Parts: sequence; C-alpha cells; structure tokens
Amino acid sequence: MLGEGILKGLAETAKNFAGSFVSAERLTTVQYPEQRIAPIEATRDFPFLVYDGGDWEAGLRCVACQICEKECPPQCIYIEKSKDKKPDFVGKMQIYPARFDIDISVCMSCQICVEVCPFEAIKMDTEFELSTTDRFGALLYDRKELAKSNEHYHKIHPTEAAEVDVRLAEEKAKAAAKAKAAAQAAAAKAAAPAAPVVAPKPVPVAEADKPAGGESKA
Amino acid sequence: MMETLDQMFVLLKNWVVGFLPAGWQATAGVVLCVVAIIAVFPGLFAICVLLERKGLGRMQNRIGPNRVGPLGILQPVADGIKSLTKEDIVPLSADAAVHFMAPVVLVVVVFMGYAVLPMGRNMTLVKMDAGLLFYFAMGASTELSVFMAGWSSRNKYSLLGAMRAVAQMISYEVPLLMSSVAVVMITGSLSLEKIVAAQNQYTWGLPHWYIFTPWGFAGFLMYAVAATAETNRSPFDLPEGESELVAGYFTEYSGFKFAEFFLGEYVGMLSISGLGATLFLGGWSAPFSFLGWVPSWIWFFGKVMLSICVFIWLRGTLPRLRQDQLMNFAWKFVLPFTLLNLMVAALWRFLGPGWQQWVVCSAILIVAYVVMGKLGMRREHFGPRSYRYAE
Repeated sequence: MLGEGILKGLAETAKNFAGSFVSAERLTTVQYPEQRIAPIEATRDFPFLVYDGGDWEAGLRCVACQICEKECPPQCIYIEKSKDKKPDFVGKMQIYPARFDIDISVCMSCQICVEVCPFEAIKMDTEFELSTTDRFGALLYDRKELAKSNEHYHKIHPTEAAEVDVRLAEEKAKAAAKAKAAAQAAAAKAAAPAAPVVAPKPVPVAEADKPAGGESKA
Repeated sequence: MMETLDQMFVLLKNWVVGFLPAGWQATAGVVLCVVAIIAVFPGLFAICVLLERKGLGRMQNRIGPNRVGPLGILQPVADGIKSLTKEDIVPLSADAAVHFMAPVVLVVVVFMGYAVLPMGRNMTLVKMDAGLLFYFAMGASTELSVFMAGWSSRNKYSLLGAMRAVAQMISYEVPLLMSSVAVVMITGSLSLEKIVAAQNQYTWGLPHWYIFTPWGFAGFLMYAVAATAETNRSPFDLPEGESELVAGYFTEYSGFKFAEFFLGEYVGMLSISGLGATLFLGGWSAPFSFLGWVPSWIWFFGKVMLSICVFIWLRGTLPRLRQDQLMNFAWKFVLPFTLLNLMVAALWRFLGPGWQQWVVCSAILIVAYVVMGKLGMRREHFGPRSYRYAE
C-alpha cells in the first residue's frame, strides 16, 4: 500500500535515533582531535623524500633525475640539479637535488611521482594535518621539509617499505658484487702480462665483460 | 494562578501599554506584539536548527554538533556570529537591487503570516475574519521572493532552483488550500480564532480536534505533505538540492543574506506548522479536558515543535524525489485526494452526528486511498529506448 515504505523507513530512523543513545557501538564516528583512527596502510596524501641514515642531506636517495618533475600531472615539483656529486646508497657518485620543491597546494596526490621514480627516493606520506595560516609560502615544501627518514617510511607503510628495502639490498649486493668483480678483473688484468696462464682465464673474462658493459651505460 | 500564567503575555502587554497615554495605547500594543513575534520565532529557529542537526546526527548514528557549549547547545550562536561576520558578496552581473530585496521580502512575508495565528487564548495579533485567506495570501508571496532571488543572481543554478521552487510551490499550494477548505466548510468560518474555538470542546474528556475525524485525518495528511513541499523541505527539497544545484535559488547569497533565507525557511516551517496545528490539531487547546489548566500557549508551541520534529524525522528518512515524481504526486494523487476529501467533508456535515457518518466517510477515504495508491504506484515498464532520428 502507498506509504508502507515510508513508515518502514521512519521506523528504521527512529530505531537509529533511539539506539544511538543506548549503545555506543552504533556510533560510527569518533571525536576527531582527541580520538583518532589509525590510518590504513594504503593511506596516502602528499609525497616526501626518503633518506637513509641519520643525516638527511647526505642520505637523500634522490639523484635529481627529474623524471618525477616531468611526469607530475599538475607540475607541482621543481628540481634544480647540483653542480657537484655525492655518493648514493651504493657508494656511487651521483648528482643530488640542490633544490627540490613540492607545492602541496597544487599536488593532487596521484602518486605518479612515486611510481616513476627508479631510485625509491620519493614516497607518499600519511600526514594530513597540514593546515597553515600562510597559503603560499607555507604550502611550498622545500627538500628539508620533504626529507623524511627511512624509519618514518617503515612506520607508515611497513609492508611496502620492507619490499623496497629488499630491493635496494639486492641492488646494493649486486653493485658490491660488480665492484668486487671489477676489482678482480682489474687485478687479473694487472696480473695477466706478468703470468699469461690459460687455465683460470674463462671466469674472470666472463665477469670482467659484464661490469664493463654496465659501467659504460651508467 | 494558572489563569494568570495562561494570560501572562497579555497581562504583561497591558501592563506595559498602561504607562502610555490613552491615544497611543492601541498602536503601542500592536508594536509590542510584533516585536514579541519577531523576537520569539527567530529564537525558535535557533532551537530548530540545533534540534535538526542533533536529531539528524542521531538518526545517522552520529553524535552531531557537540563542541560549542555543553552538548553543543550554543551551536546556533556560533552559526549566527559566523554568518553575521562573513563577507557579503553580490555577483558583478547580478541585479543588485532585486538581489538585495529578495531575502528581505521573504522574511517580511513569512513573518506576516504570524499576524493571524492564534498562539494562545487571547493571543492573536490581528483578529481577522478572513484570517486563513490572509495567511494563504502571505504564504503565496514567498514564491515571489524565491523567484526574485533566482532571477536576480544571474546564475544558472539559482535560476534552475528558482524555477523548480516556483513550479513546486504553486503545485502544492493548491492541495494545501484544498485540505484547509474542508476545515472551513465544517467550521463555517475563515477566522482562525473560530476554528480553534470549534475544536476546543470535549466529549468524555477527549477533544473535538479535526484530526480525529476521517476527513480531518485525511486532510491533515495531505496538508502535511503539501506543507513539506511548500517549505521546500526534504523529501521535496529539489529547489535547493545541494548535490544538484549547489544550493538552489540562494546559491549566490552569502553572509547575512544567506542567513536570512535560512531564517525565512525555518520561520516559514514554524508558521506552517502553527497553521496546521490550528486547523487540525486544535490550536492552543489541550489534548485532554483534564489538562485544561496548562497554559494555552504551551500547547500551541508544543504542537509546533512536535511538527518540527516530524519534519526533521522525515528529512532524516526520505530521499529526494525526482521532478516528475514530485509533479505526478501533486497533481495525480494529492490534489484529487483533497478534492475527494472536500466531498467527504460535505457528506460528514450532511449525514449529521451518528455512527453512519463515521463508517461512510472512513470507507470512502480508505477505498480511495488504496485504489489511488495502487494506481499511482503502478510501475510503467519501458522497453529499450529507440531513436527515431539518431541512427
């Protein structure tokens, strides 16, 4: 009959109304500033730069390749390359960002910068209480404000950070192996004119070829 | 003692007016009453807003505002201060004069309706013989202000909202009037005072309210539907559908003018609830004869606030209608039903007191309700859409 559904609906809201006074489990909201819900692991809002170790400037993973700057859809990233170089996490000399600014008032939290970064240097933060009284200066973050430790990354996205660490460790091990092989090859090369022996040759040659190719690419 | 409490406001007025010279007393009395109305109803408006926000919150399993003052009861004060201190923006292309006038017209017209509402024993500002007519004349003028606001803003959302509002308000004005006409037919008077007096009688301790008659109950239901639409309340809030039209006809209003629209809407709701209470719920009369000692104005305001709670309850429950559903409901269900109700009211009158009038009138109305409901709720099955010209 006409109006049956309305009565049913009215009964439902009345039940909610009365129930919300009786049982606290019904209340779906929390009293925000005092009570907080821990963000889920996939939470993201604005990017930050990851650094390893204690010194943010020395440990910054970013090598100022500018891929994120070019890919950023709203173009909120601004990077200036350094003139000098500093060692990166594997110890190789790399340029670093002399300036790295993100205008978070422009950023749309799309995470594209994170996805394109080949160095695991930029990740998404979960900090959302960013309101300020200065809407121009204070929302333009420079690299110091953006730099956050790897421990922080582990705290906000544990699973993802662990994966990243494994990947980086693999790379580091590979690089170390490469360096070792290169050193061996160099040593072998240095030793070769003195004692041209045929038997131990195949192994060093095979290994010496690879680093040479890799290095020329880098 | 209770007598004094009942007539408290009347005595207070007479006492204050007594200080003035005889020639001014009549004018001063009226001015005093107007000031009282203008002071009381915005106060009730604040209470309504708080009730609405808290009540809706509870219906949605939230707590609602609870920061300003204990349990958030000072929230309306904070809202008021906020709207007073906000920047008043007039769009560059808006018709500034009309844009300014629209909210003023709304508030003035809405307050005019209170002139004829009997808010208690001897508490009618103007004892007009055609009070109901005056009320509806004033109520119909709100459409003017709504359209002024929508048109002068030069904004597509405002204009759409205003067009919807005017279409809706005019459509529901008819059933609103028709359902009240039944009351006028039975009472034989357009005077709201007399309508209350006719209901203020008791048999076996029960009142002769019109809602306790078949035609009165049906009329009250239709009145409630039409009043909800008339005040643009959910589920008939298409003219101000936030998700479709930003805010409808007052999209381009900010600061105090926005607050005025808000005020006009709520005061209009209070006033239409007051009229509904007067017409069907016995106005200021007590629900049982043994409660007759309670001051009459308490009953009136109690009934008004109760209707407000029902409005809020409906808003918390029902989703918004579509424009065609709205119009179909008005013209194909509510209007025919109120017309039938008029005839039933006439039948009630001419069958005279007895059990026959109860049986006959109830039967007609129930059958009509069921049949019309069935017809109206028929689902029309549309086939796949065919395009005659495209493709």
